[in-house]
Amino acid sequence: MDITQSFPAAEPVVHYPSPTREFAASFMRNKGAVGGLLFMLLLVCCAAFAPWLAPHDPLEQFRDHLLTPPMWQEAGSARFPLGTDELGRDMLSRLIFGAQLSLLIGLASVVFSLIPGILLGLIAGFSPTRAGPFIMRLMDIMLALPSLLLAVAIVAILGPGLINTIFAIAIVSLPSYVRLTRASVMTELNRDYVTASRLAGAGTLRLMFVCVLPNCMAPLIVQATLSFSSAILDAAALGFLGLGVRPPTPEWGTMLASARDYIQSAWWVVALPGLAILLSVLAINLLGDGLRDALDPKLKNAA
Amino acid sequence: MRKNLLVRGLAAGLALSSSATFAASNLVYCSEGSPAGFDPGQYTTGTDFDANSETVFNRLVQFERGGTRALPALATEWEVSDDGLTYTFKLRPGVKFHTTDYFEPTREFNADDVLFTFQRMLDKNHPFRKAYPSEFPYFTDMGMDENIAKIEKLDDLTVRFTLNHVDAAFIQNLAMNFAAIHAAEYANQLLEAGNPEQINQKPIGTGPFVFSRYQKDAQIRFKGNDEYWAPEEVKIDNLIFAITTDASVRAQKLRANECQITLNPRPADIETLKADPNIEVPSQPGFNLGYIAYNVTHPPLDKVQVRRALDMAVDKKAIIDAVYQGAGQLAVNGMPPTQWSYDESIEAVPYDPEKARQLLREAGVEEGTEITLWAMPVQRPYNPNAKLMAQMIQADWAKVGVNARIVSYEWGEYIKRGHAGEHDAMLIGWTGDNGDPDNWLGTLYGCDAVGGNNWSYWCDEAYDKLIKQATKITDQAERTELYKQAQQRLKDQMPISPIAHSTVYQPMRTSVEGFQISPFGRNSFYGVTNER
Amino acid sequence: MLGFIARRFGLLIPTFFGVTLLTFALIRMIPGDPVEVMMGERRVDPELHAAAMERLGLNKPLYLQYIDYVGALLQGDLGESLRSRTSVWKEFTSLFPATLELALAALLFATTLGVLAGVIAALRRGSLLDHGVMGLSLTGYSMPIFWWGLILIMVFSVWLGWTPVSGRIDLLYDIPPVTGFMLIDTLLSGEEGAFTDALMHLILPAIVLGTIPLAVIARMTRSAMLEVMREDYVRTARAKGLSPARVVFVHGLRNALIPVLTVLGLQVGTLLAGAVLTETIFSWPGIGKWLIEAIGARDYAVVQNGILLVACLVILVNFTVDVLYGLANPRIRHQH
Repeated sequence: MDITQSFPAAEPVVHYPSPTREFAASFMRNKGAVGGLLFMLLLVCCAAFAPWLAPHDPLEQFRDHLLTPPMWQEAGSARFPLGTDELGRDMLSRLIFGAQLSLLIGLASVVFSLIPGILLGLIAGFSPTRAGPFIMRLMDIMLALPSLLLAVAIVAILGPGLINTIFAIAIVSLPSYVRLTRASVMTELNRDYVTASRLAGAGTLRLMFVCVLPNCMAPLIVQATLSFSSAILDAAALGFLGLGVRPPTPEWGTMLASARDYIQSAWWVVALPGLAILLSVLAINLLGDGLRDALDPKLKNAA
Repeated sequence: MRKNLLVRGLAAGLALSSSATFAASNLVYCSEGSPAGFDPGQYTTGTDFDANSETVFNRLVQFERGGTRALPALATEWEVSDDGLTYTFKLRPGVKFHTTDYFEPTREFNADDVLFTFQRMLDKNHPFRKAYPSEFPYFTDMGMDENIAKIEKLDDLTVRFTLNHVDAAFIQNLAMNFAAIHAAEYANQLLEAGNPEQINQKPIGTGPFVFSRYQKDAQIRFKGNDEYWAPEEVKIDNLIFAITTDASVRAQKLRANECQITLNPRPADIETLKADPNIEVPSQPGFNLGYIAYNVTHPPLDKVQVRRALDMAVDKKAIIDAVYQGAGQLAVNGMPPTQWSYDESIEAVPYDPEKARQLLREAGVEEGTEITLWAMPVQRPYNPNAKLMAQMIQADWAKVGVNARIVSYEWGEYIKRGHAGEHDAMLIGWTGDNGDPDNWLGTLYGCDAVGGNNWSYWCDEAYDKLIKQATKITDQAERTELYKQAQQRLKDQMPISPIAHSTVYQPMRTSVEGFQISPFGRNSFYGVTNER
Repeated sequence: MLGFIARRFGLLIPTFFGVTLLTFALIRMIPGDPVEVMMGERRVDPELHAAAMERLGLNKPLYLQYIDYVGALLQGDLGESLRSRTSVWKEFTSLFPATLELALAALLFATTLGVLAGVIAALRRGSLLDHGVMGLSLTGYSMPIFWWGLILIMVFSVWLGWTPVSGRIDLLYDIPPVTGFMLIDTLLSGEEGAFTDALMHLILPAIVLGTIPLAVIARMTRSAMLEVMREDYVRTARAKGLSPARVVFVHGLRNALIPVLTVLGLQVGTLLAGAVLTETIFSWPGIGKWLIEAIGARDYAVVQNGILLVACLVILVNFTVDVLYGLANPRIRHQH
């Protein structure tokens, strides 16, 4: 994260590298970010090839093998490398399939909050007297409510389930995108290139999406990565409060919640899903840090 | 280092503290949740009753400790008229209401207190009820508001109840927690002071423990009643409820001796608790039933054959092993075997997926038919983990070609939608209220209960006639005969699949003596000692 | 400056009413009503249901209910809990000190360790120590805190037996709630050992709740320190031959703390909200648990007014931070 500090020294060089290469080089020098990226790739592979990678069907109940410990423990067996859960389902398979769910929840809730967030932010930024204040007050109201309580209430209204969990998380993380977009738009609107485009006769829509938006993307991308990781945590928290996806879907938070009963007798059903959540969130955060440093060194101090 | 700090703290307290807490006999009970209030009539849950009715109050008659029989309490004896419509109670003399910093009684318990208690629940225009409007759901639910015609005071220690029609369970109903006897004098004092709502916050009763302080979500403190009418039953000076919502945390607190007795352990924790030499885990067959209710108005569940097939397809033994962790008893009938009039001759339907599949095909149910299976989001005494159970049933039904989609709502919504009959099959259950068979066979499967506790929407004429007839007779042998026929009919028509009666476990430190597990799931601490 | 404060404050009023409208609508959109929830598996007698709804004022048209609610609010009446029939304000004031005590302890833990870790990492920039400390803090930031709480209870309370499992104090101590802050109340009660016991109960929940703020503060301190240490005045101080410690703590840290304090202010809101999970795990009698349970019980009055009170707190804290930030803005400082 700190390597970019040496960049100003390169200023006198006349030949500038292309932005992409500059970005790639800066990113690759950050060992943590590369580690995060590699872990994420592994996770994506797990999710994509889950049916082939998983030794068992994640829903199949081996009722003669309830709560088998992992293979390295005395009572464990190589048939279930990470043991089985309270219904005799293979933990490893459930964790692998769980990656699908967690990535899906993260991705979908980011998309569902990013797009309306950007739109509302653009409108708020372009219309500072009419729609803008209204939108911003609305966001203030949402920010004033404790986010987890808001999410719980939304899930209670919509009913528990995968899609509704995604919606709840998306709604809760909406305000940060709106605020961020609006702030960037406000800065960009004062720049010369915007005035120039305006004088050249560009319409509002063109100004919004073609001129201004691309220049606001850097902080948004960083924010998206960060909220990707917090979406996974929020989904797990909802699952933990009993409001997560529908059983028997193998989602990590829900697995953790139902495994809680066995914390004294079978540590692996509690420890492993938690560890899976921790590692993937960590990987995404490392990735986010790397992206931020590489995309825009100025942002380094913003979090 | 182990527990050193805590032990040092306790030792210091013993040696130096002027407070009586450490020297006296104390009992800390890890309870499940905060009671909503201390006026028993207004509430319906065990959490409320353990904290108010069982500690601060007495009833005219009370269930024997650990049983379902009603024994004399504030009433010493009673007479029933030949037509079964009038009950005359002799009241216990010399019973004192609690003296606290908010109330000092000037007289002993008498007929006025009984009248106040019941008139308030019966009469919408009762002055106290006018000043402090309340509903009495349990009283209404047991049909007492409609059945009690009048209550009279014959003399200071004699009261007569007159009923509109015969109710075989009347005495049992009076033993229930909502019928706790209030102090009329205290109520008048509150009324005059203009704060009748205090009756729900600062209770006065005749019970074995005197209310001292309540802190929401943290603790309730009681002191032993040293003027109790049965002095041998009060052996604890300080009774403290440590409110601990999470079952695993309760188990851990018990192991750390942060409390000496608790309730509803998770099945998974029972083995660990049993292994601790300082803890014993007595158990008793539960007076409850966890079952699947089939909505008989939704095809294909309207066909008896389909319901039988689905019942046969469920591996109940495996469910008891995994969900109840062995702490349950296979259920056969619509009520538990400990309920009198239980029909022993009915046999369990064996697990037979082959035959189930065949029955389904005969009934015209195609492979891959979809139905919804509802699973409760909460732990209940009759079902420790409904979501887990639903996943097992789902797998079992998949084997016979029925695809169950598991549906779960937040508890309040679950009830609402269940009452409306939106489910196909639903996991639900019941814990007995008063030990009368009608509390199972009538309350849960009768025609009057459709839209209420009859989650199957099943209204069978033949069945309904039997159970209606049985409530109008007081002779137990005759009633038993009718209830046995009703159970046969229920088994035959199968609006529900009984799954299990969960065993009630009550983990406690070995220092606790004299505790009896209540079949109704109550936790009462009179007659209990704790040698710490 | 005053104009700035007044303008910012004026913006709070619509936000306040927006919150009342939002909570009012949200809780009523959840299916099921308080009477039904209270009855559980039991039958709900229609007559009784109607009587209860009338007593609670829930049979009126929605707009009238809202007008009643806001009308009562403006008179300072927060209503009473539908379930326990005690005033919402009384319940709030009996539970809030527990949450506040926990949040402050968590903040203390997070700030002390976080600033220390940040300074060390900044001074040893690029070293193994820096990477280690920052890696740890990012791990803390990524922690699912309910899982973290369970693991800590398992290790420290169950296996090692060092800390109590849950609650605020061993209940054999009869501590009357004077201030509501257990640490203060135990001192006032004069019972030997009670204070230590209360402190032991506070440690694990405070660590769990403080983990994420700790990570944020550590990262913030590090980057602020790096920035400040490059400034001219620090270079000058160094050149003057001041001792390294003096340079770091007097010139460096003091200035680096300004952005850190801002972040800290913003964390207070997050902390109050984040207490929900921690309170659930440690049976801590605070407002997070209270509100979650009220949603489940459809206790409309508690949900509306409880969330409103929390929202007001968050709004006020953010407002104060906003204003302070305006005051501490470098541009304003440099003018002097």
